[in-house]
Amino acid sequence: MSEFASKGPRFVALCMLGLLLFNYPILALFNVPGTLFGIPLLYAYIFIGWAALIAMMAFVAEADR
Amino acid sequence: MLNGTVIIFTSFAYLGLLFAIAYYADERADAGRSVIASPYIYSLSLAVYATAWTFYGSVGRAASNGVGFLPIYIGPTLMIALWWVVMRKIVRISKQNRITSLADFIASRYGKSALLGGLVTLIAVIGILPYISLQLKAVSNSFTILVQYPAIIMPARVDAAPIREDTALWVAMILAAFTIAFGTRHLDAAEHHQGMVAAIAFESLVKLLAFLAVGIFVTFGIYDGFGNLFARAAAEPSLRAMMTPLEGVAGGYASWVWLTILSMMAIMFLPRQFQVAVIENVDEQHLNKAIWLFPLYMLAINVFVLPIAFGGLLHFPDGSVDADTFVLTLPMAEKRELLALLVFIGGLSAATGMVIVETIALSTMACNDLIMPVLLRLSSLRLNERRDLTGLLLGIRRGAIVVILLLGYLYFKLAGEAYALVSIGLISFAAVAQFAPPVLGGIFWKGGSRLGALWGLTAGFGVWSYTLLLPAFARSGWLPLDLLENGPFGVALLKPLQLFGLTGLDEITHAMIWSMLANIGAYVVVSLLVSQSADEHRQASLFVDVFRQTGEGGAARFWRGTASVPDLFNLLARFFGVAPAEAAFAEYANDKGLGWPDERLVADAELVHYVEVQLAGAIGSASARVMVASVVKEEALTLDEVREILDEASQVVVYSHRLEQKSRELEAATAELRAANERLKELDRLKDDFVSTVTHELRTPLTSIRAFTEILVDRPSMDPGQRNEFLGIITKEAERLTRLINRVLDLAKIESDKADWVESAVDMKEVVSDTLAAMGQLFKEKNIEVDVLLPERLPSVTADLDRMIQVMLNLLSNAAKFCDGANGRIEITLTESEGCVRIDVGDNGRGIDPGDHEAIFSKFHQVGDALTDRPQGTGLGLHISRRIVEHFGGRMWVETTPGSGARFSFTLPTGAPP
Repeated sequence: MSEFASKGPRFVALCMLGLLLFNYPILALFNVPGTLFGIPLLYAYIFIGWAALIAMMAFVAEADR
Repeated sequence: MLNGTVIIFTSFAYLGLLFAIAYYADERADAGRSVIASPYIYSLSLAVYATAWTFYGSVGRAASNGVGFLPIYIGPTLMIALWWVVMRKIVRISKQNRITSLADFIASRYGKSALLGGLVTLIAVIGILPYISLQLKAVSNSFTILVQYPAIIMPARVDAAPIREDTALWVAMILAAFTIAFGTRHLDAAEHHQGMVAAIAFESLVKLLAFLAVGIFVTFGIYDGFGNLFARAAAEPSLRAMMTPLEGVAGGYASWVWLTILSMMAIMFLPRQFQVAVIENVDEQHLNKAIWLFPLYMLAINVFVLPIAFGGLLHFPDGSVDADTFVLTLPMAEKRELLALLVFIGGLSAATGMVIVETIALSTMACNDLIMPVLLRLSSLRLNERRDLTGLLLGIRRGAIVVILLLGYLYFKLAGEAYALVSIGLISFAAVAQFAPPVLGGIFWKGGSRLGALWGLTAGFGVWSYTLLLPAFARSGWLPLDLLENGPFGVALLKPLQLFGLTGLDEITHAMIWSMLANIGAYVVVSLLVSQSADEHRQASLFVDVFRQTGEGGAARFWRGTASVPDLFNLLARFFGVAPAEAAFAEYANDKGLGWPDERLVADAELVHYVEVQLAGAIGSASARVMVASVVKEEALTLDEVREILDEASQVVVYSHRLEQKSRELEAATAELRAANERLKELDRLKDDFVSTVTHELRTPLTSIRAFTEILVDRPSMDPGQRNEFLGIITKEAERLTRLINRVLDLAKIESDKADWVESAVDMKEVVSDTLAAMGQLFKEKNIEVDVLLPERLPSVTADLDRMIQVMLNLLSNAAKFCDGANGRIEITLTESEGCVRIDVGDNGRGIDPGDHEAIFSKFHQVGDALTDRPQGTGLGLHISRRIVEHFGGRMWVETTPGSGARFSFTLPTGAPP
């Protein structure tokens, strides 16, 4: 139960973070002309943000309990 | 070299390989050495989510609106973040209740309702048909295109359309045969298909590698990396808008959000996802890795979608090639035969993986929750009396697989042409999203009721059919298009695509809003209005409180009735065969510490529950309940009784909480006791020290008395002068001994609080003058000058007069002892300050070393060198004095001014006694 108690809220927080990152209005900030390393800004943002979210999920999932 | 024969041969070789893997895994499982008991295999099997839709369709969608394909994978990533809370609970519930499918889960939650199970099955089958047709379309299209190599001709323009339709039919039939071989080889009580899972995991690897291969080829082979590709696309005026696609191109933010929500539901409630994530889960801990590995897989398979889409748009600018086929046509256009073949196999693996798992899941549902309940109720079939039903069960499942695939083919023929791949799939997503309210509500809200779920599902599914299925049929010409344009009977408010005048949204968003409104609304409202039955109440608490129960025995306490062991055994044997039933009973008896067969085995609630759970693994919980009820005499529990049992359970929880608290208190008390014990030991040690010191002190005068008396006895002729001197010493030592003993007794009294204190108002001036009077003779003899400084008025203190005199006597005799031998001088000062009377006694002796200031107040401490100085007191006087002063709330201390002697001071509070 203690494991459940400590991990659960962290995952819920990550989900909330994801819902914020991949939603209006944050998305609109990147929906503008421009590139990052030659990749259109919106696409670069989504993929980098997505990868970061997965990394955080891995961290929470594999953290010592 | 790339011709029909090669392609068909390769495909069959691939399917053969899959079968070999599945066969191997099944064999290993039978030998007890499972190959799928790994979080990595589990994560890969979850990737059955990526179907032909992902493989071909994502590029098509990206080519038309840029980022529109991404919510389908970002949504699941967000949902999986919640898996630790949600999925773990579902997996735990399913394991405890031997849930065999999504329909079984919902039916079981709402009081093992066969009606609800049937409804869920119906919705799932109808809802998933478009999705299956999508796979058939993708495989037959890719085959038709590849066969034309080196020409690139879209299937719709291939002259022999019947050939393609034949292809789809062939694909459907081959997949049906393959699925039957995979999924229905034998009846497993736990509904595990280890071989299938191993094959699916392998397929996930193949499709990922194939897609990455073509992605790398397009990005780095045809073009010069990401930057180059995007720069060239941005230079095309027609593609410029796609660099910032969220305004206009992708249908705006509302569409993005709803697609995200939709896929969040899909990853949980697609029958095949439920199958691999819940039913085929062998270890809850695998979720730990899957939570990040599976999203990583989705990220990986999406990285090259945009490059391939833009590459295709640049390569085929005239629009002659369907964007859904870019993955295949780009390698073909570049004359990469092997890569094209690999892509075809990748697409095949994506499609077959989906079809196999989906149809197995659907056939289990159809068998357990739709067909068996009906057959069991048809008394004319006399199924209850059949000896062996395993063959029947497998037969039903095999039939269901064929029928489902044929229906999928039918949908493909009827409605498959009008839509792109992704649009077809989204219709299915919207259908399974209807399961979200009853499942999520069911595991977190005990109030959700059977009727609520029934009405919610019916309403949601109704709206879905009206707003998505109907238009699909209308577009393909099976219903008049007029229905879409003007509404039924010309009522514009009821137009399926603009229901109640809601416009400006894409079809899926529009359908989701209305169906979720209807579904959740009906579920909540009906649940709140209608009260639950006893069965529902029990199941609700079993599901919602799953983490508070221990083991499967939880449900057994709700059963009451009579049964017989042979009846139960025969029941199990009919569905599983005699040998597996023997094994199941032996396992149960073994747990009870008995053998099988054993006379002592009783058909109690636990055994009945055990049999029901075993049976549920084969025929679903609703049917299992009916079957068990047919062989036992059950007394129905009333709602009140169920509540009572639940209350008992919660009382047990409360009780155990109290126990925990008590044990914590006990621990605290133990710690206190331990501390007290330590203190006692310390005191004991001090007492021992004290006793040994006292004894030592007593021995000194005694030794001296004894020595002198012995001399006197030995020498009777001693001269009288010396004899008198010796007798004087003996008398003095005896007096000292008496004094010492008195002091020790006094001290013992004070320390044990047994001293008799006589409290009264004491005037310290009186004490001082009385003491001086008593000691006047001594001072005169020693020629000591005494200065007394008394104030005019001094408040009285509350104390014991005799004790105060004792203290003063002690201080004054000390001062007399230690003051200057020739010019002795003692100074006594009484002052009043801060509610205290302060008495100082100073002398002009050699003073006391500051290091000894505290020590002289301890027992038996004598100032001076023990070797050279004769002890001049008992060593207890100051200690006792301090105890007396402290008893009356005062303080005693000593100060030394170098060169002018020591000064003892003490204070006593004035006013009320302490």
